[in-house]
Amino acid sequence: MRVYALAVYLFLYIPIGVIAVFSFNAGRYAAQLQGFSTQWYGKALANPFVMEALQTSATVAASSALLATIAGTLAALALQGVGGRPRMIFDALLYIAVMVPGIVIGISTLIALVTLFDWLNPMIASLWPVAGTAPQLHLGTGSLIAAHGLFAMALVVIIVRARVAGMDRSLIEASADLGATPFGTFRQVTLPQIAPAILAGFLLSFTFSFDDFIIAFFVAGSETTLPIYVFSSIRRGVTPEINAIGTMVLAVSLMVLILAQTILRRGGVRAPEE
Amino acid sequence: MTGNDDSPIAELRGATKRFGPVVAARNLNLTIRRGEFLSFLGPSGCGKTTALRMLAGFETPSEGAIFLDGQQVNDLPAHRRPVNMVFQHYALFPHLTVAENISYGLRQRRPKPPKADVAAAVERALETVRLPGFGARRIWEMSGGQQQRVALARAIVNEPKLLLLDEPMAALDKKLRHDMQIELQTLQRQLGITFILVTHDQEEALSMSDRICIMRDGQIVQMGSPRDLYDRPKNRYVADFVGKSNFFDGTVESVAGDSAKMTGPGDVAFVGHAGEGVAPGQAAMASVRPEQISLSRGAGGVPVTVVNRIFLGEHTEYLVRNPDLGQFLILASRQAEAGEGNFEPGDTGYATWRDGAALILNND
Repeated sequence: MRVYALAVYLFLYIPIGVIAVFSFNAGRYAAQLQGFSTQWYGKALANPFVMEALQTSATVAASSALLATIAGTLAALALQGVGGRPRMIFDALLYIAVMVPGIVIGISTLIALVTLFDWLNPMIASLWPVAGTAPQLHLGTGSLIAAHGLFAMALVVIIVRARVAGMDRSLIEASADLGATPFGTFRQVTLPQIAPAILAGFLLSFTFSFDDFIIAFFVAGSETTLPIYVFSSIRRGVTPEINAIGTMVLAVSLMVLILAQTILRRGGVRAPEE
Repeated sequence: MTGNDDSPIAELRGATKRFGPVVAARNLNLTIRRGEFLSFLGPSGCGKTTALRMLAGFETPSEGAIFLDGQQVNDLPAHRRPVNMVFQHYALFPHLTVAENISYGLRQRRPKPPKADVAAAVERALETVRLPGFGARRIWEMSGGQQQRVALARAIVNEPKLLLLDEPMAALDKKLRHDMQIELQTLQRQLGITFILVTHDQEEALSMSDRICIMRDGQIVQMGSPRDLYDRPKNRYVADFVGKSNFFDGTVESVAGDSAKMTGPGDVAFVGHAGEGVAPGQAAMASVRPEQISLSRGAGGVPVTVVNRIFLGEHTEYLVRNPDLGQFLILASRQAEAGEGNFEPGDTGYATWRDGAALILNND
């Protein structure tokens, strides 16, 4: 068993390791190691296309994560008061959102958005006072943020709700008993209690959006995120520069994920009486 | 203070609470005196916690009314009631320090009290619960007993009209519980705040309360001072719940005034105070406290064989057996033993009790 497990892990992680190793390759061919160098990192960071894609990715990731965190936290809190059948339906929908393959979400979001735009654009144009100058809704940063935000919201709801469910109900009652208004209780007790989960939800949403290729590929329109740039570059051959970008994305994602895990675990530690 | 000292601090008038088809509290009528230490005593599910939660404002009565200091407060939410609670598991805020926990109630007041006043009040409260200088500690750095004191300080610092205690001692070990009971009682006298305790521990209720309200199935069974309940229980339920007792089945022979005579198994006669609803010719039950029975070697009384003996220090508890009455307990004091000597399991002797030692109760 152990041998198989080892084999699976090697199969999974060796390609990633190879990319990281080759990103420090001094030579220009991806398949041949020719000494250590960080020149490809420099090249990647100096490439205006890479920097633009990075900026788009960062903007989309931050905005969609923020959106998902706010909406997801509110949904998790509201779901507390929902029970029985509606609760089951909500739960099922949440898990479906997480489990459905990215390509399905990508295509369906694309079709939904295009249909919506085709329907809205003529309407806006007809209502616009000056003919021909009406703004056109189109795919781009906005649709990327919306699609990622929607998907990541399910993640946030699941994470925050676990924390809300684990919270001691008597803390809320104690706060009310001591004279805090419902909003006062939310601000002074509930929020600090679930803050680690909210932060972790934000970080996970951020990495999800930052790393996502499939959904972004469908709804990005003319925009280029970092994964899309990498994908289109690969068609011209794998260069050490791509390896460097991949390694940087990997490093950032890993760091954020580890941070999120640490926050969740630290936040989970409570008084020793439990 | 709105009311004068004779007016009740709180009152339940026909308070009923339903949770769907379950009636957790049924038609509770209760007057709570200013400054008293009142306990709700009963097994779990008897409605004592529901009664407390209605006073705190966590539950709204389905019927009836709750009065606080003369005002009807049915619809006043918990955060606007001048009442504080010590929760069963303390419910201290884990993200705040001890001082921040204690000052929480004061900091909710509008207009906000000056910071210096709050700090002074917190320090006073910490001194009252004998934890001076612990303000900067985190909750998880405190032991169970200390956490309980913090919970107490967090409640009393607000000078509530009622202090509600929901089984506050349940999580403490026996020794600590006893210390806390004494401390709570002292504190209650010192502060003059009305304390309302919910407990299933009869010893706790007996030792601390001015009055006890015994509950069963959402209803009040009997209300009175610990001594009243011990000496004059209304029925078997109360006699069984308050202190240890021996019960013997029988038939009521006669009732005269508040005294009754009952004939038990083997024609053993029991004479004593008659409980509620005891009438001649009816099946009833005699309750005799173990300490009211004496065990002697000389003839006279009920012949018994000692089955078991438990040495309790000041007293010795004998489990004895009579062919008619079955097994029952006798509590013999040291002095009594000095006269009669020790009984060993298997020894025979005679159990006696004076007339009036028994309580004749209906089978409720």
